[in-house]
Amino acid sequence: MAPAQVVGISGEPGNFSVKVHQAARYIDMEKCISCGLCAEKCPKKVSDEYNMGLAKRKSAYLSYPQAVPPKYAIDKDSCIYFKKGGKCKACEKFCPTGAVDFDQKDVDRDINVGAVILAAGFQPYDPSRYGAYNYTKLANVITGMEFERILAAAGPFSGHMVRPSDHKEPTKIAWLQCVGSRDVNHCDHSYCSAVCCMYAIKEAIIAKEHSKVPLDAAIFFMDMRTHGKEFEKYYWRARDEQGVRFIRSRVHTIDAVPGSDDVNIRYLDEHGNLKDEIFELVILSVGMEVAPEVMALAQTLGVALNSDQFAETSSFTPVSTSRPGVFVCGAFQGPKDIPQSVMEASAAASAASEMLSEARYSLAKKKPKFAERDVAAEEPRVGVFVCSCGVNIASVVDVEAVRDYALTLPNVAFVENSLFACSQDTQGLIKERIKEHNLNRVVVASCTPRTHEPTFQETITEAGLNKYLFQMANIRDQGSWVHQNEPEAATHRAKDQVRMAVATVALQPPLQEFDLPVTKAGLVIGGGVAGMEAALGLANQGYDVALVEKKDFLGGHARKLNHTWNGEAVQPYVDDLVARVTSHPKVQVYLNADITNVTGFVGNFVSTIVSEGRETEVPHGAAIIAIGGHSYKPKEYLYKENPRVLLSLEMDQALREKNPLVTGANSAVFIQCVGSREPERPYCSRVCCTHSVENALRLKEINPDMDVYVLYRDLRTYGLRENIYKEAREKGVIFIRYELENKPKVTQAADGSLTVTVIDHILGIPVHLNPDVLTLASAIIVKEQEKLAQLFKVPLTNDGFFLEAHMKLRPVDFATDGVFVAGLAHYPKPMDEAIAQAKAAAARAALVLALDVIRAGGVVAHVDPETCSGCQACVGVCPFGAISFKEDEKLAEVNQALCKGCGTCAANCPSECITLFGFSHKQLYTQVDEALAELEAEMEEAAGA
Amino acid sequence: MAEKEYEAKIIGFFCNWCTYAGADLAGVSRLQYPANIRVIRVMCSGTVSPHHVLRAFQKGADGVLIGGCHIGDCHYLKGNYMTIKRMTFLQDLLKFTGFEDGRLHLEWISAAEGPKFAQVIREFTEKIKKMGPSRLKIAPKAA
Ligand SMILES: Cc1cc2nc3c(=O)[nH]c(=O)nc-3n(C[C@H](O)[C@H](O)[C@H](O)COP(=O)(O)OP(=O)(O)OC[C@H]3O[C@@H](n4cnc5c(N)ncnc54)[C@H](O)[C@@H]3O)c2cc1C
Ligand code: SF4
Ligand code: SF4
Ligand code: FES
Repeated sequence: MAPAQVVGISGEPGNFSVKVHQAARYIDMEKCISCGLCAEKCPKKVSDEYNMGLAKRKSAYLSYPQAVPPKYAIDKDSCIYFKKGGKCKACEKFCPTGAVDFDQKDVDRDINVGAVILAAGFQPYDPSRYGAYNYTKLANVITGMEFERILAAAGPFSGHMVRPSDHKEPTKIAWLQCVGSRDVNHCDHSYCSAVCCMYAIKEAIIAKEHSKVPLDAAIFFMDMRTHGKEFEKYYWRARDEQGVRFIRSRVHTIDAVPGSDDVNIRYLDEHGNLKDEIFELVILSVGMEVAPEVMALAQTLGVALNSDQFAETSSFTPVSTSRPGVFVCGAFQGPKDIPQSVMEASAAASAASEMLSEARYSLAKKKPKFAERDVAAEEPRVGVFVCSCGVNIASVVDVEAVRDYALTLPNVAFVENSLFACSQDTQGLIKERIKEHNLNRVVVASCTPRTHEPTFQETITEAGLNKYLFQMANIRDQGSWVHQNEPEAATHRAKDQVRMAVATVALQPPLQEFDLPVTKAGLVIGGGVAGMEAALGLANQGYDVALVEKKDFLGGHARKLNHTWNGEAVQPYVDDLVARVTSHPKVQVYLNADITNVTGFVGNFVSTIVSEGRETEVPHGAAIIAIGGHSYKPKEYLYKENPRVLLSLEMDQALREKNPLVTGANSAVFIQCVGSREPERPYCSRVCCTHSVENALRLKEINPDMDVYVLYRDLRTYGLRENIYKEAREKGVIFIRYELENKPKVTQAADGSLTVTVIDHILGIPVHLNPDVLTLASAIIVKEQEKLAQLFKVPLTNDGFFLEAHMKLRPVDFATDGVFVAGLAHYPKPMDEAIAQAKAAAARAALVLALDVIRAGGVVAHVDPETCSGCQACVGVCPFGAISFKEDEKLAEVNQALCKGCGTCAANCPSECITLFGFSHKQLYTQVDEALAELEAEMEEAAGA
Repeated sequence: MAEKEYEAKIIGFFCNWCTYAGADLAGVSRLQYPANIRVIRVMCSGTVSPHHVLRAFQKGADGVLIGGCHIGDCHYLKGNYMTIKRMTFLQDLLKFTGFEDGRLHLEWISAAEGPKFAQVIREFTEKIKKMGPSRLKIAPKAA
């Protein structure tokens, strides 16, 4: 439903009635075939919001090329017909399907739902609100969002990196961090937007790649916050390999350089010196904020907001809003990046389905089955349907000529033109033709298989043909539309593509799909918070779960934590969670347990659990790895040599136990990044800055006069956590920055008293501190994970964490189907994020368990046992571990349930005995041959003449 | 009979998820490019083996373009790593055998890069036209 707006809600969890106002788009979505003629003919140009106003669009438009659904709309506010009363209607005249409907009305709907998920997102901060950035005055001061559009290949300058004022390629660009973030002096926001450091580095690297001359790229920042997985290394590469300049500073003013379009940046460097530097383009790394409309929506829904206007949530229920049954995910929950948003999206889906588990599938419609005709023994009889797509194809390509040509091709038994091949009528007609002419294969020459193949496949299935006995020739998107001024060449190409399609479909055998059963039970490994939340997530959706914990208790590291960053007590939550897990009838807990063997694959695993001397074989359809992490035990800073030196979690313990070492202290020091962000461990442990700031505040609570120092490299209290950093500074906690090359020195006197020496980064001189207690914020590491990784055939990063299928888009999945990851085992993260990830993993695993059967087969690889020499060239290249080598027969074998049909194996087989169904070697060679067939004929002619 | 003008023949192997989609987007955006190319859709650029490419040259193609997803974006995670390996190997091999450099081209084009697609086709076609017919094509056929 787009464009639509929620205007009201009533009812209760499980039974809400949501009022939705759907604005007219003046184009019938059913009829629109996205040909774009309306936009082409529309005479009215307006500023294009998708390209941040840097380009124009028409009043009849598609919001952006990948819009879903890909349907056009008419923008009432600028349309000439609506503005000038009844004139124009150019789009209506040209639309080939009569989809334009100026009489369409707005509609109000009531929708009955059980749960609501808010994913209303953010808006970029608008820097024109604060004069000092001079954003409105200087053309060459732009936002990061605008620069993204400039860099985009599909953007306003086709990917040419130019600056707005004179469209010249800049050779010197500056990025300014924290614009609209971490600053309350300019009606901005106090929180950190959490994504801007990374996007600035990314933009700087891409800009350098785009630039024809060596580009000078400088990033002005306060703290570099690259706390995500693999982010720190990216930062180092930008700095050390790409030569991006990182300037730790506070920007004072941004001014025009008289007589040029350049921009002067005046800033205070780290040592307090005022400096000037001129740039050709300045990019403001604007932060995120909640849009006013979203705040209004929250009010409509009765959802509470926190002081930063994001949806209020608890660390322990990170995707639940204050209103039961209404869930939240993404940037409206708090500033965050794509992986975190994707994770929360799954978590919110999990929370909603836990609540609604009883109603699952009650509304789902089952598709009818059609009997399949056996065509194996028949000679190919191909029907070719050549589409005009209104005038979209026919105005360029001579569709009659293509049709007549198709009839001359081998195996073609029937040809026909159609005005719209995808219309209901034509679908019916195709079915009739198949029957009348006893066709056993179909080629449609029209648009792209990427959007329309499923439609036609369904049609031929209904006519009793195997859906794979089908090919499309793309003569519109890759034909008439791109060769508009060359009708002859376009027609020539269309004929060739049809010939290729006919030849390949003639070689196509029917492909079988088959169903594998699914064991409707889950296995969760690791009984920390992540493991327990994941287990409950599955159990509450009705699946049996085996929860395997190595130690003799549940809870993991959360047992050692006092508070979350926003002050919520952890122990009551963990106690309650353990109680819910152990009392849940569907959860079987194995303590002192280990996994010793795993067999099978998605839907059909069997794992061996050894617990207290007993072996149990547990069948399960999916597995979640949540084995957590460990704190690194440093060999520096007198750890284990002096009782005053603690690790973060030991500080928590001391606080919990009111240890006099801490309660009686007059001075305390925290050293950050102990073992993190060093060549040996090139990642940020993400939780320690916030953890130390929080404990610093606890110490100040115990004794406001205590001298508390935090020695740090970059302070990474990302997102709303920034608020406690601010609070700590206000309460007098002193933050001193140090460099990796100049680490603090810790010495002890004979009486055990400590001296910490650090070079003050502002004064440049050594400072000596004498803390009564020293806390080392040591790294989070993983241990003993290799065995499990091998058992489940899943990969690890160089740092030892489990490596997901895709860092951005599949944050809890492995490439191997049916296995998922959550918690510290994936990467260091605070508890709220570990819980969200656990819920996400449960949601992803539940998608597997919810299946009645797993569909396998179709376009998959197949080994011909007759010709396979057992060389195993295919085994290692499969990204999904789908190929195994059968030692006894000395043959490779593809597990069709795991094969995703990429064909990488086939291309690696020296004897071509492994092939991808639907894209067989023979079919590829044939297409090549057919594409060049004319040439061969010509050459033969020439040779014969 | 008048000598026919040389018409460059180019074969494109494009992966379904990125470059083929980028080609569709070029169409949706009505970006124009020369019609010398014939496209073979494959699931992944990793589906294409050196043999498939060699067959195209044997049959007289003047240029072959392999299109896949940007590194890191392959729908099958690492199919395009294999593509790089195979195609750089093949390029070296072709060079070694004395075949002209540049007739086999590899390009990462995403589903969002319609303009890039059109530009790559324009430039590659132009280049191949300038290079003239492939020697394999004009070589006399063995009887
Ligand atoms: C030093 C440190 C400081 C932290 N500070 C904070 C903070 O201030 N704020 C915050 O919100 N979060 C903090 N965290 C993070 C927080 O503890 C975690 O996000 C949260 O506890 C979730 O952890 P988990 O379940 O993934 O892992 P864990 O708590 O480590 O649990 C993993 C469980 O798996 C078990 N296990 C391990 N291997 C196996 C195996 N092979 N088979 C079976 N079981 C196995 C372990 O015994 C353990 O019980 C901190 C973490 C650490 C280490
Ligand atoms: S202390 Fe921890 S969170 Fe802070 S920068 Fe260092 S490793 Fe990252
Ligand atoms: S086609 Fe791809 S997924 Fe299937 S077995 Fe071959 S390499 Fe693996
Ligand atoms: S799917 Fe595009 S390269 Fe693999």
